[in-house]
Amino acid sequence: MSSAVKTIIPKINIDLPEVTIREVRLGSVTNFTGTAKELLELSECGSLKDKGRAFSQSTGCSSLNAFCQLSGIRGVVVINHAPIGCAGDFQSFDFVHRTSLEGFGIHDYNGRFYSTDLLEKNTIFGGIEKLKTAAREIFEREKPKAIFITTSCASGIIGDDVGAAANELSREFGIPVSPCICEGFRSKLWTSGFDAAFHSVLKSIVKPPRKRSNKVNIINFWGSRIFDDLLNELGYEAQYIVPYATYEELEYISEAAATIQICSTLGSYLGAALEQLYGVPEVKYAPAFGIEGTDRWMRELGRVLDREEQVEKIIERRHREIAPKLEEYRSKLSGKKAYVAAGAAFGHALSALIQDLGMTLVGASVYHHDAFYDNHDKDSDALANTVKTFGDIPNYRVCNKQLFEIVNVLYNLDVDILIARHPGIVVWGAKLGLPTFIMDDEQYAFGYQGILNYAEKILETLDTIEFTKNLQKHSRMPYTKWWLTQPVDTFTIGGSSK
Amino acid sequence: MSSFISHPKFTCALGAQQTVTAITRAVPIVHSGPGCAVKVHELLGQGQSYVGGGTIPCTNTGSKEVVFGGVHKLDELIRSTLKVLDGDLFVVLTGCTSDIIGDDIGSVVEKYQAEDIPIVYAETGGFKSNNYVSHSTVVNAIIDQYVDKFRSGNGVEKGLVNVFASVPDQDPYWEGNLEELKRILEGIGLKVNILFGSRSGGLDEWKTIPDAQLNIVADTWAGVKIAKHLERKYGTPFIHFPYFPVGGEQTSDFLRKVSKAAGLDSERTEAFIKKEEERFYIFLERMADFILEFRYGIPRRFYTVLDSSYAVGMSKFLVNELGILPSGVFISDNTPERWQKTVAEELENISEYRSVTPVFETDGEKILLEIDKDDHRNRFIILGSAWESHYAKQHDADLLILNVPLTYRLALNCAYIGYNGGLRVIEEIYNGVLETYRS
Repeated sequence: MSSAVKTIIPKINIDLPEVTIREVRLGSVTNFTGTAKELLELSECGSLKDKGRAFSQSTGCSSLNAFCQLSGIRGVVVINHAPIGCAGDFQSFDFVHRTSLEGFGIHDYNGRFYSTDLLEKNTIFGGIEKLKTAAREIFEREKPKAIFITTSCASGIIGDDVGAAANELSREFGIPVSPCICEGFRSKLWTSGFDAAFHSVLKSIVKPPRKRSNKVNIINFWGSRIFDDLLNELGYEAQYIVPYATYEELEYISEAAATIQICSTLGSYLGAALEQLYGVPEVKYAPAFGIEGTDRWMRELGRVLDREEQVEKIIERRHREIAPKLEEYRSKLSGKKAYVAAGAAFGHALSALIQDLGMTLVGASVYHHDAFYDNHDKDSDALANTVKTFGDIPNYRVCNKQLFEIVNVLYNLDVDILIARHPGIVVWGAKLGLPTFIMDDEQYAFGYQGILNYAEKILETLDTIEFTKNLQKHSRMPYTKWWLTQPVDTFTIGGSSK
Repeated sequence: MSSFISHPKFTCALGAQQTVTAITRAVPIVHSGPGCAVKVHELLGQGQSYVGGGTIPCTNTGSKEVVFGGVHKLDELIRSTLKVLDGDLFVVLTGCTSDIIGDDIGSVVEKYQAEDIPIVYAETGGFKSNNYVSHSTVVNAIIDQYVDKFRSGNGVEKGLVNVFASVPDQDPYWEGNLEELKRILEGIGLKVNILFGSRSGGLDEWKTIPDAQLNIVADTWAGVKIAKHLERKYGTPFIHFPYFPVGGEQTSDFLRKVSKAAGLDSERTEAFIKKEEERFYIFLERMADFILEFRYGIPRRFYTVLDSSYAVGMSKFLVNELGILPSGVFISDNTPERWQKTVAEELENISEYRSVTPVFETDGEKILLEIDKDDHRNRFIILGSAWESHYAKQHDADLLILNVPLTYRLALNCAYIGYNGGLRVIEEIYNGVLETYRS
């Protein structure tokens, strides 16, 4: 299915101590202003260049994204070799995993995360001894199946050799002790942290296959088990990874019949690695959001799993089932103007969904843009698919989650609803008086049912107009009038992206 | 103490960004790696408020700055922040990257200060301290670089006090607590600079800090360095009440001590105390029927997993006013040794009939392992954080979340200290108890 690409495909190499950051590996950028089509063309011809900003606000960092994956593996512990502030996400993920695991029928989850609490003296004399002492104490207490050690800006700059320490501890404990190199300063793309986590998992846990199983890997965040019914019907079993898989399950994800990604921004590296290293075929189509997107994805799934006929029947049945509701929702939503702010892959997916519902997409701010994915397959490109199906997207921005730019855009565009994917954004839509919702459950919008779920959510949100108008009236706006009336790329260094 | 921290209940020095966001119309500017400000906000504070969380200007330091230095980028960020964000005070804070590579941020900020722009800086690299410590670092930096320059008063004003009692957002109920402290201190005739939150007069209040007659520290140790600094700088004396006063007895004790130190009219003070105590004890009396009669079990023992200010105040209150007895007082704020002694003394004399020995430990998992050694024959309550929630649930214990992380609570303006705070504690403990019997 994949078309020829000009770039030479670099083979995934898990023998490297760390994975190459996205800006180098995937040509990813964090700043662009234009239209979706322009961005695709620049990516295609290899002339897409990143731009800096003379004003910026705190973004995320790789260590958080690495941790969000590693912290969900059952049976392991995570040691964050860092000052205590880097552990600010421990409780958030304890809560997320605890809540999600209830849905997986697991009620005794306890996040086992530890900070080495690096102090000033450690930055002078090195923190390795402190790390080893902590690891020994933690190993004695917890007897984990494996230990992951995530790094930090502090441990990285002072030059702590976490890799060497991990090797030594691994021999001593007789279990995998794996460094995950995810210092925040190393990459502008916090999504590089996903790759760092997967690199560690591939290096330390995953073994070569003994056989082929009927399991299908689903590279997932958290959420619920939405793939069970579909895969069971096709005679396969869903295996949700990396969060909520046990250590033992992860050992043999190499034996799976296929790999599905809930989000290409998340799973790019792991999906490609499992295919290249262990022959697990990856369903390379962009994840199933919107009618057309779902049809295409389903057919590719059918092809990979050798269930093409069955899939055609399911497609036909599902189209029939959702048709009455879909028509009803489309008539209610037709012409409503939406703006999307989300990570790259979800931004593309949401863009498709919104247009599928008959709404007008007046623009989008995605956090970053990967010029290509690790599988170098064009069919994986959700943005290209969305543009192909629905046409160009105006006011298309790559914003690195810069709230001042999102607020500027919303202030100046005529919008009925803001749909955002990450925390911290929606409140600004509401403060501007816009009905706004957060699509924090990525599975909510997936597949055919997802389109209906989504329509209901949009209708419900549009109905919160009293709340948002009231909030607007009483909220403080920290941005100056001057800023709100400037072109959005005023602080882009080096001028326009084109 | 363990060599590591699990179940973190405080954050790094950069946590003082919340000290800044708690000042009305103050804007933090963070010179750190990407992610720092947001991670601090994950643990501390609910909602971005004016300029918090992902709204905070940040250099998002990358490899280039780590290798070549980040002062240029900081300079650029400050210049643009002044155009983009509408603030009355800008506070530049550093993260690990800047402090390890040794960026001279002073030289950058002083340039703006020379133009009389209200901007200050402090080094808060994460490894330097925790946020209890850096709170005073940042407040002192604001005093030295802003208050001193823009002060508005005419020398010492009788009856004016500054209060340093709660580390904003580290104490999740700081806003309500400060509101209550202001209320009771005004009740005995003082004019109160409460400095943080919506009940303060914002930066106008800060400008009168040097004019205070007395500084009041009402926490175990976080505020002491500020008061000492002000004593050296302006000669202002201070009184240190070394824990959060909770309920009738402690709050009255606090007010009497302040009244004496400030040389107030003791009759007026006593009149206010009398009125407040009457109200407080009418409620205590009313609920006594309930706690004595309720037949299905209410907590008889308590554990704290709290910072020192809350641990001492709450322990005294539970023992002396509610009859709930201590099974373990664990203190998780990495209390400096000097202040561990103070805490130990307060708890040794917790009542006429008993004394308690506190345990200082920052490894929360270890604390739970200790608690788990007890047989739990009586229903018990944990006063702690979200980290203790699961254990409490497993053991059918009650839980009152007073420390970050909150996770299972939404905090607006409720207070847990003072007279009103005492009443709130009672309501919450027993509401929690009754809730467990709801069918």
